[in-house]
Amino acid sequence: MKFGILVNEGPYQHQASDSAYLFCRAALARGHEIHRVFFYHDGVNNSSRLTEPPQDDRNVVARWSKLAADHGIDLVVCVAAALRRGIKDDNLAPGFRISGLGQLVESGIQSDRLVVFGD
Amino acid sequence: MTEGIAKKFMFVNRSAPYGTVYALESLEVVLISAAFDQDVSLVFVDDGVWQLKKGQQTKGIETKNFSPTYRALEGYDVEKLYVERESLEARGLDEGDLLVDVTVLSSGELGRLMDEQDVVLSF
Amino acid sequence: MLHIVNKSPLERPSLDACLRIAGPGTVLLIEDAVYAAARGSAAAPRLAEAMQRLKVCVLLPDAEARAIADRLIDGVTTVDYAGFVDLVAGHPNCQSWL
Repeated sequence: MKFGILVNEGPYQHQASDSAYLFCRAALARGHEIHRVFFYHDGVNNSSRLTEPPQDDRNVVARWSKLAADHGIDLVVCVAAALRRGIKDDNLAPGFRISGLGQLVESGIQSDRLVVFGD
Repeated sequence: MTEGIAKKFMFVNRSAPYGTVYALESLEVVLISAAFDQDVSLVFVDDGVWQLKKGQQTKGIETKNFSPTYRALEGYDVEKLYVERESLEARGLDEGDLLVDVTVLSSGELGRLMDEQDVVLSF
Repeated sequence: MLHIVNKSPLERPSLDACLRIAGPGTVLLIEDAVYAAARGSAAAPRLAEAMQRLKVCVLLPDAEARAIADRLIDGVTTVDYAGFVDLVAGHPNCQSWL
């Protein structure tokens, strides 16, 4: 089955990004496909390569980048939400790309299920 | 644009405006989804019904008043606006307090409408 | 339909809205919503009543993290993330009560 994922909150402040990541990993292990992960609202902050968590904590951003590299997942950051919050191509972590909200709607159309994670 | 597939998209609005950005950014997705020719419904539940309250004046908080956009939705062929009766009543509101025409549904009716959707987005 | 709730019922009305509106299907409690299923919680009776028409599941890793896995009310089903995935796949649609 093809899943689309929407992440509405940034890393560390809320559990949403962690829950979404663990859901994606479990879905992939189950043989499903992750069509796209779309980051909206403060969720765009998951894409900042300037993030530097303490060494004994999980690296939320790097974890998404690795998942994208290992499984060819499309990580899309909403352009309007990103520009509002100072996220640009210059500070984008590997595997993420900035695009329009149409990518979220398209993910809803093309996926079998769209699962929302937020506050 | 994906040709030939019209899915039922429902946007569930449960947040009041201004206190958080969810109402505004939800509206932005609604406008985009209309361009994809999908079957779009908006529902307003809990504090989400405050998004539709007439008479919003935002000068004093130096924030854009985006409430007129709800009246413009018709121009984007987004005409299915639903409000849960229980949420209105719990806030001392009735249809006359709202800035746009809506269909008021009971909780049960809203649940059945939700069951029919392909994609339910909440922010 | 699968209804996903992630907020404590004592903090937000998400669970109440979900139980009021949801038709037949399954409610999955994740993140802080797992507290609703703790024995003795103020929300537990509402959840127990809802179980007459809805299946109620709890995401076990979230319950374990919050030290309530050993005090969940009777009748709830615990699932892991793979079970979460199966629930999404097994229902025609899902709604997150954020």
